[in-house]
Amino acid sequence: MRGASQAKWVVAAVAVALAATACSSGGSSDSSGAADAKGSFSYQSTEPQHPLQPANAMEVGGGRIIKNLFRGLVDYDPANGKLRNQVADKIETTDSQHYTVTLKSGWTFHDGTPVTAQSFVDSWNWSANTKNNQVNSNWFVDIAGYADVHPEKDKGAPTSDKMSGLKVVDDTHFTIDLTAPVSYFEYKLGYTAFSPLPKVFFTDPAKYGESPIGNGPYKFVSWEHNKAVTLAAYDKYAGVDKPKNGGIVFKNYTQAEAAYKDLVSDNLDVLDQVDPSDLASYKNDLGDRAVDQPQGGITSIAFAMYQPDWQGADKAKVRQGLSMAIDRDTITKTVLQGSRMPADSWVAPGVAGYKKGACGEACTFNPAKAKELIAAGGGVPNNKVTILYNADGGHKDWVDAVCNSIRQNTGVECVGDPKPDFKTARDLIDGHKVDSIMRSAWQQDYPLNANFLRDIYGTGASANDSLYSSPEFDQLSKQADAAASIDKTTELYSQAEAVLAKDMPAIPLWYYKTNSGYSNKVQNVKFDSFGDPVFTEVEIKK
Amino acid sequence: MGRFVARRLLQMIPVFIGTTALIFFMVHVLPGDQVRAMWGDKQPDPAQLASLKHKFHLDLPLWQQYVEYMKGLFTGDFGETLSGRKVIDVISEAMPVTVRLALMAFGIEIVFGIALGLLSGLKSGKFADKSTLVLTLILISIPVPVLGFVFQTIFGINLKWVKPTVQDSTDLQQLLLPAIVLGSLSLAYVARLTRTSIVENIRADYIRTAVAKGLPRRKVIVTHLLRNSMIPVITFLGTDLGALMGGAIVTEGIFNVKGVGNALYHAINQKEGATVTGFVVVLVIVYLAASLIVDLLYAVLDPRIRYA
Repeated sequence: MRGASQAKWVVAAVAVALAATACSSGGSSDSSGAADAKGSFSYQSTEPQHPLQPANAMEVGGGRIIKNLFRGLVDYDPANGKLRNQVADKIETTDSQHYTVTLKSGWTFHDGTPVTAQSFVDSWNWSANTKNNQVNSNWFVDIAGYADVHPEKDKGAPTSDKMSGLKVVDDTHFTIDLTAPVSYFEYKLGYTAFSPLPKVFFTDPAKYGESPIGNGPYKFVSWEHNKAVTLAAYDKYAGVDKPKNGGIVFKNYTQAEAAYKDLVSDNLDVLDQVDPSDLASYKNDLGDRAVDQPQGGITSIAFAMYQPDWQGADKAKVRQGLSMAIDRDTITKTVLQGSRMPADSWVAPGVAGYKKGACGEACTFNPAKAKELIAAGGGVPNNKVTILYNADGGHKDWVDAVCNSIRQNTGVECVGDPKPDFKTARDLIDGHKVDSIMRSAWQQDYPLNANFLRDIYGTGASANDSLYSSPEFDQLSKQADAAASIDKTTELYSQAEAVLAKDMPAIPLWYYKTNSGYSNKVQNVKFDSFGDPVFTEVEIKK
Repeated sequence: MGRFVARRLLQMIPVFIGTTALIFFMVHVLPGDQVRAMWGDKQPDPAQLASLKHKFHLDLPLWQQYVEYMKGLFTGDFGETLSGRKVIDVISEAMPVTVRLALMAFGIEIVFGIALGLLSGLKSGKFADKSTLVLTLILISIPVPVLGFVFQTIFGINLKWVKPTVQDSTDLQQLLLPAIVLGSLSLAYVARLTRTSIVENIRADYIRTAVAKGLPRRKVIVTHLLRNSMIPVITFLGTDLGALMGGAIVTEGIFNVKGVGNALYHAINQKEGATVTGFVVVLVIVYLAASLIVDLLYAVLDPRIRYA
């Protein structure tokens, strides 16, 4: 590896030299000139792992393309993360369980057919059905009749291809009945899985997946496998966010370093993320074209609460002590090179319901108090903890840093427990065979604190890898789900977050950031809290 | 000669079956669940997970999966990737790119490698020989990724002679830089092998005879010296072509070339048994064919070698 790191130095040195010459030649790139509404730009992407169907994009490669091809009932305003109506004119409910949706007229699919209530109902029924093998099929779990199209494992084949909770009233109206109140169901509706589908989809979904027809701001042009997916602006787009450019080319890269080199030399217009080896120099290289802003995601380390070691009321003190021993500020600045922001809660900032300092004292670096708490809680079993992580994700450096922090400040022995790749680590985590502590990461599905709390820490929640279970937390989240307004929901979930601060089932470490940049050919490039550029806003310089 | 070729072709059958079985089972023992990995950090839905596994036959016992796969293979069906594409499509996209890249690298190492080797062999002990020694030493000691990054930075970003990465993987001009990087290590080996062989043969009796009977120097070198010195070089080149075809994962990654190396790396990461095995099937055929050609070339180069 010595050779590789030397190469980085050479590259870094040259990059700095280049940046220096660029500066001396007088910065004219910052002036925002006239934009070419017909021009298209390229974006760093990866090959979609599934056919392009709205409920079949879990990874960003396909997800970002789907996001531009489709618009659902609502989406999130990129400026503030708030819900915004798109195809929906209004979504009404009195009890958070029975919804009536009214659609705007004038929306069309890219093949010219109108977007109707039927387009939504058919789409959701199809996507939820187990036999259609959509990775996001369980997003429809709240809707009444879901069990008929998506029976639990080993409970046989679907008995129906329609969910009883969805009823079309007329072309512009349909009703949604849920099995239980979910006060923030509208937030879920902003996810791409809830997109409408045109009639042509149902004739041959597989063929459709190769050349999709959506209703979003961009229409599909071509998909050259492993090379690029090209989209063009749709001139009859009826949404509020009309594209300011002529199209997007999603260019495939297998190595982020290669994409970065292309960006620096203006062969790529918008970057996804700066690769770790260029993090130190990218602000120098790109000047005011560098992007550094928070993103709706969090990295934590979660305790294997199912191990006897972590049970008992006193152990919460030990966990809080360990958290206090971690010097988040220094690690984010040095090891992570500013690519993360120290966390002080379990919910990322920018998300509705984020409460600054929810973690309180426990997330503030305080070695003396840390030792005290660990001693008060009866110490760490065997005086040793391990942190399980996957070695193929670039986590080694920070895991080692966290361990060093714990070891130096508390005297507790701490070592990383690397597993060769993501799949292997996941097998152990899913099988609840983690000895001590595991890496845990969460990226928002929708910008609401419920998504960061109930889906990870609720008893029986699908992502509750620690098997944490608190009646108090569950009670609050149940109340929150049945609340009458979003504000009430977020407030109750904030109270639930306070329970986490008490029990400390996971130590919040830091929030994600978007470290990116754009070329000299484009301007007005902004990023939303998902870490995606606001594609429709990008302007191509004339 | 004909019987030799026939025998070699027959030998290929067990090799072929053995390698495919080996690779198929090796992919299977890779840790982790490839269908589970589709959900990333999120938790999968158990019913959907089971349904997807059934779709890819991953719920069958391993031997049955292999039988299913081989059945398909003999009818020309290479199976499907986890993303639902035909493996044969993936192969036919990646193969032409790698063939281009490999042949360019191969051409570079033959032309420059043999020329350098010949030069330093004929001038052994002189300045030309010493400087070739140093040059090849440098090439051998620099790891390929370093060379790749340095070339990319110098020629792509500093001098702007070429684009830092390959924009169109079928464009020969753009493939030149990665081909040079890819071919440089073998170039050094070829040069050294050629030099050693030349230095050895130049003192051989038949060369002295050729010179003594008054043949022109050019003819002595080309038809007598070089031809006989090629045997170790050809052996190396034969296996090297196979290696080049197998894709250069590192070089392809640095220059964003969408070839076999890239596709194979991705498939191994995803634990896509059908894709990995599909590529290996093609590569085994290439490898076997290359080594057969090498063996036949021995007879052409050295009249003393006969195959029956």
